[in-house]
Amino acid sequence: MANKIRVATTSLAGCFGCHMSFLDIDERMLQLAEVVEFDRSPITDIEHCTNCDIGLIEGGVCNSENVHVLREFRNNCKILVAVGACAINGGLPAMRNYIPLEECLNEAYLDGIGVENPKIPSDIELPLLLNQVHPIHEIVKIDYYLPGCPPSADVFWKFLTDLIEGREPSLPYELVHYD
Amino acid sequence: MSKTITIDGKIIPFEDGQTIMDAAMAAGVYIPHLCHQPEFTPHGSCKLCTVNVNGRNCSACTFPAMEGQDVLNETEELIEDRKKITQMLFVEGNHFCPSCEKTGNCQLQAVAYHLNMLDNHFPLFYPDREVDASHAEVMIDHNRCIFCTLCVRASHEKDGKDVFAISGRGIHKHLIVNAKSGLLKDTDIDASDQAVHICPTGALLVKRTGYQVPIGERIYDHKQIDQVALAASGSRPVAALQPSMAVGTENIKHGE
Repeated sequence: MANKIRVATTSLAGCFGCHMSFLDIDERMLQLAEVVEFDRSPITDIEHCTNCDIGLIEGGVCNSENVHVLREFRNNCKILVAVGACAINGGLPAMRNYIPLEECLNEAYLDGIGVENPKIPSDIELPLLLNQVHPIHEIVKIDYYLPGCPPSADVFWKFLTDLIEGREPSLPYELVHYD
Repeated sequence: MSKTITIDGKIIPFEDGQTIMDAAMAAGVYIPHLCHQPEFTPHGSCKLCTVNVNGRNCSACTFPAMEGQDVLNETEELIEDRKKITQMLFVEGNHFCPSCEKTGNCQLQAVAYHLNMLDNHFPLFYPDREVDASHAEVMIDHNRCIFCTLCVRASHEKDGKDVFAISGRGIHKHLIVNAKSGLLKDTDIDASDQAVHICPTGALLVKRTGYQVPIGERIYDHKQIDQVALAASGSRPVAALQPSMAVGTENIKHGE
């Protein structure tokens, strides 16, 4: 048990679609569980990661909390992986990058169609939004990238088995998709 | 005896007037490219077809083939250069494949796949660009324009219309249309024009056709761009053509 490979995962400004796709490895998860244990991840509910071998990051960075979580992962994971389109180029959330933040908030919480009790949320527990959404390689060093929206289960499988078996991870043509 | 150059050590015949790209394509050797299409005047702007000719880098699509050229194409260094060029094209515009209807049919994406480009490397630029959906049949999404000028050339050379041009320099460079209003609806463009269909990205699209072929069944989902480009140009691989002749030529050359 003690020498299992420790994997942490998180979703920043993502939709958890990459996590869902990871779960699509289906019964291969049992094989993976023989050599891997999950640290911080939505599937364990552990709140902070410590001394991990592999960190999988889904989503880009859209608020202050994302930045803190990303840095925690970088500080605690030997290998940090950008998973999916949003982590790699900001993806769908980055479509707000051309619109000033104030206009986005006004549209969502004040002037938008169907808004009730118009008020911009300002609870101190809420992380502050960044002016723009950023891909994670702009914040910390990233070791590997798994493109796709989402990357297929086979991409996760190929990448993790390469790493676990001591090979330099690589994705053949048929596993590289940006869509 | 026909004239020859070598590409990565392979003997490639050429005729006077052919570029290195022409000779390579005819012989079944793929050199990555985006702004080049065999039937249009070469432009040499995307630089993806950068090859090394006798020690100097140049664009294969514009450089004339000449006797005695030793061309390097698939070296680690050139592949890395091309990957960086492609990454720059991606970060300079707004190329979000999951929300683009050209995905799977896009040459920019296909070249990136071919080069095994997995990340953008550079910081994203997120330029603020317009979409012109004013025309009933055709739309321009400037977010995806890479200024290859293929639509400019196609409109001028094939359609005889001059609908498009590139205006501005550097960061202000952009595609313009030939109408006082600046809108596509006030041009004489037609959905059947070659200019509309030549776009290597999703910048020029015919409306209401984007999802006729489902994602996963598109051109580059199962075939690499080198196969597609070579098949389209009707090339005949040299090795399959006349291996004995190729060997013979080499012997003659060494004998000289």
